[in-house]
Amino acid sequence: MTHRPIHELTDAYRRGDLTPTAAAEDYLARIGALDGKIGAYLTVVRDQALAAARESEARWSAGSPRGPLDGAPIAVKDVLCTAGVRTTCGSKMLERFVPPYDATTVERLRAAGAVILGKTNLDEFAMGSSTEHSAYHPTRNPWDLTRVPGGSSGGSAAAVAGGLAAGAYGSDTGGSIRQPAAFCGVVGMKPTYGRVSRYGLIALASSLDQIGPFAQDVTDAAHLLAAVAGHDPHDATSIEAPVPDYAAELPKGVAGLTLGMPDEYFPDGMDPEVERAVRAAIDVLKGLGAKIERVSLPTTPHALAAYYVILPAEASSNLARYDGVKYGLRVAGRDLIDMESRTRSAGFGAEVKRRIMLGTYVLSAGYYDAYYGKAQSVRTLVRREFAAAFAKVDLIVAPTTPNVPFKHGEKQDPLSMYLNDVFTIPGNLSGIPGVSVPCGFSAAGLPIGLQVLGRPLDEARVLRAAYAYEQATSWRSRRPELT
Amino acid sequence: MSAAAPKYETVIGLEVHAQLLTRSKMFCGCPTTFGARPNTQTCPVCLGMPGSLPVVNRRAVEFGIRTALAFGCRINDACRFARKHYYYPDMPKNYQISQYEEPLAENGALEIEAEGGTRTIGIQRLHLEEDVGKLLHEGTLETAQASLVDFNRSGVPLMETVSRPELRSPEEAATYLKAFRAVLIFLGVCDGNMEEGSLRCDANISIRPHGSTTLGTKVEIKNLNSFRNVQRALEFEERRQAQALDAGERIVQETRLWEADRGYTRSMRSKEFAHDYRYFPEPDLVPLQIDRRWVEEIKGSLPELPRAWRRRAVAQYGLPPYDAEVLTQSRALVDYYEAALHEWSPAAGAGAERPKILSNWIMSELLRVLPGDDERAIGASPIPPARLVGLLQLIENATISGKIAKDVFQKMFDTGDDARTIVERDGLTQVADEGALGQVIESVMAANPKAIEDYRRGKKEAKGALVGQVMKATRGKANPALVNRLLEDKLSQT
Repeated sequence: MTHRPIHELTDAYRRGDLTPTAAAEDYLARIGALDGKIGAYLTVVRDQALAAARESEARWSAGSPRGPLDGAPIAVKDVLCTAGVRTTCGSKMLERFVPPYDATTVERLRAAGAVILGKTNLDEFAMGSSTEHSAYHPTRNPWDLTRVPGGSSGGSAAAVAGGLAAGAYGSDTGGSIRQPAAFCGVVGMKPTYGRVSRYGLIALASSLDQIGPFAQDVTDAAHLLAAVAGHDPHDATSIEAPVPDYAAELPKGVAGLTLGMPDEYFPDGMDPEVERAVRAAIDVLKGLGAKIERVSLPTTPHALAAYYVILPAEASSNLARYDGVKYGLRVAGRDLIDMESRTRSAGFGAEVKRRIMLGTYVLSAGYYDAYYGKAQSVRTLVRREFAAAFAKVDLIVAPTTPNVPFKHGEKQDPLSMYLNDVFTIPGNLSGIPGVSVPCGFSAAGLPIGLQVLGRPLDEARVLRAAYAYEQATSWRSRRPELT
Repeated sequence: MSAAAPKYETVIGLEVHAQLLTRSKMFCGCPTTFGARPNTQTCPVCLGMPGSLPVVNRRAVEFGIRTALAFGCRINDACRFARKHYYYPDMPKNYQISQYEEPLAENGALEIEAEGGTRTIGIQRLHLEEDVGKLLHEGTLETAQASLVDFNRSGVPLMETVSRPELRSPEEAATYLKAFRAVLIFLGVCDGNMEEGSLRCDANISIRPHGSTTLGTKVEIKNLNSFRNVQRALEFEERRQAQALDAGERIVQETRLWEADRGYTRSMRSKEFAHDYRYFPEPDLVPLQIDRRWVEEIKGSLPELPRAWRRRAVAQYGLPPYDAEVLTQSRALVDYYEAALHEWSPAAGAGAERPKILSNWIMSELLRVLPGDDERAIGASPIPPARLVGLLQLIENATISGKIAKDVFQKMFDTGDDARTIVERDGLTQVADEGALGQVIESVMAANPKAIEDYRRGKKEAKGALVGQVMKATRGKANPALVNRLLEDKLSQT
């Protein structure tokens, strides 16, 4: 049962074949049995989950469920604030931080009747692409425990892939949903910047962060997105536009749509197995009636450089508040400055410190224009390039990552780690929506993802294409073997 | 030119921070009430909790626009918030949301009445930002074992206004600040209370040889929490800089703290240790588009401002400009004056001298017992406008003399009773009975033959001494005009 998508679980609730409580208990039992190997969770909220499941059960038996997520056992990345439940961001800095409030996403999930099982692991403060850099423990890829699940939302991706949650939420700043979704063989969606409220999402880079779902299939992704999307008065960057019925749009197919294939997303030296799988997937879409066109996004290589200026700049600012004064870790010192300095030295890991230093540097007087200013210009170019491409094509199809999941400890050099996000970062810089949908496996049985990018607020069409592809193939029936 | 620095010209610019009188904070819905129990007016946003986000208070923007319009600033079509970074425990995010490259408004001016006439002082920019919390130390800062933070003030809307370096003396700086404060109070955007910190001022000051067109090295002075301190600190600094230059030293660009108790400024940090605030556009807020129609609406609702009132008071009431200036130090004082005048002269044309009599009494008596720039004190005066008029009417109809009236005023202030009650209770009614007064005058004349002789020899001042004796004998209650007439009659009889 733990590998059944949410829409099948709720069908079973409706028929009376299954209750939300039984589903939650099954998931909790499986977490107890298997999460020691995978390490997807940082915190499991057993009692809260069972209480929520019982309430859902009462609604189902009264014939008045709240919607497609009522009773759905899900997990949320530990960057989303949960009232009364510690929210660590994968950092020692926030080991004992218990927020007094729920993130808007969490609030909406509770209102939709979802059963939150726990908080999932991540690279510290969402900085990373492997979930090896959590201050607590690494997360392992359910398809191969010696390999990484991707990151930074690796815990959420691994939970869904490993049957430890029916669906999950993560945050995507440079690919942190799509890349782990590809690595773990699940569906992962980054919506348009501003589509989902960021209120209560512990910020990495405010202008890039966006919350989105992990799902076992595209139908669930549509429901999970719809539940949290929409304007929020607490987030000034959230968009005031109605939320379409994404699930209802799914069956419309891709016939008549023009899909763009960017040359720059198939560079020399990329993993041939990934290239082969993605080209084959695009052929499938062509077979379904889509028109395929080559497009050019020449700024792609520069996007990575711009990203690694903008992200650290914003992160250095967002992380300034962790000083030991108000919440989280405090290491005693001789005086205020010494206390703050000791707290930050002890509380942050190496990658976080690296990015704080980078960000502080690029914002300094005399360097701002050369770095931050320049990076913003590149960002504008990336945005314009996508706009020009979308004037010609409806969607862009490309690989999610240049390679398959790598082994734990394999990428020691931060730069080679950063290169993992080369195909996902442009989507964040331009704010456009993107989904990663499973499109096959390497010879070694490692998952590969197809990325579909769309125009701002065109999530419905992005999901439609992913759904058409998913329904035409059977990759989703494969599950990792875990015992 | 200031006497303390005769060789040099002084150049001063003021940065004024005003807390806006909005009900809720700049970026969240928390109340802004002053004096609540520590940390009771807070939420995740103003506590800088992880994950919280700011949302701009529309009312604060409106207040900013009101003020910008009053100073004739250009209001930018779009403005942006920016993050200003520095580490300090009263600032929960360790950055302040402020405005930097794209402020709300720019290029305005304030006219002030300076020595030698009206001067126009340029206002460079006006922007909005959030206030920080307050640190509370156990004992003194030096000996405290612990410091506590009260975040009630964190996030309260602040409006920063930067003048151009066009003020030429400490006195002028104080005048500017007073006039500036009056405008904010008339607009109803700030209560102007400098002691409670709702209005704060930092000053930049440099000096240069007369005739020089380049600016000298400037020094910033902080901790100026009253008009008097602004002027004193600048006078000290003007002198210090002149002495340094005279001694052949160079002025160091630095921030100095005014020690009001000790009467000097001391160095806080020099330019080398100046903060690098690492400003960048606040990514959590979208640029603010200012709707022209909204600006026009606000423009239409602007109240009469101090300068306009002064002009009207001079033209319509015949007040001297000085009186009008004194009265416009607060909205409450102008309201007090207008209410009293309305009470006293309901009919047009009646009592042409009344406006001036009224302003005399307000300036010499009311402002002797109450601070004129304190909105609350004037508004809650124990002698309301109608009662002051009641007192002035007793003078006008000769029930009491002006001299007695001053004692009655004090009693009214102390007891809260009205003038008539006090005059009747204490038997202060003027003696205007010719017979009774005649007797007093005769006995005074009998006791002072020398004064009479002097008077008759042509020493007219001698009469004054006799009048004084009569007033003394009647304990001030004699009607002075009547005493004069009767005395003259008697002196000329023989």
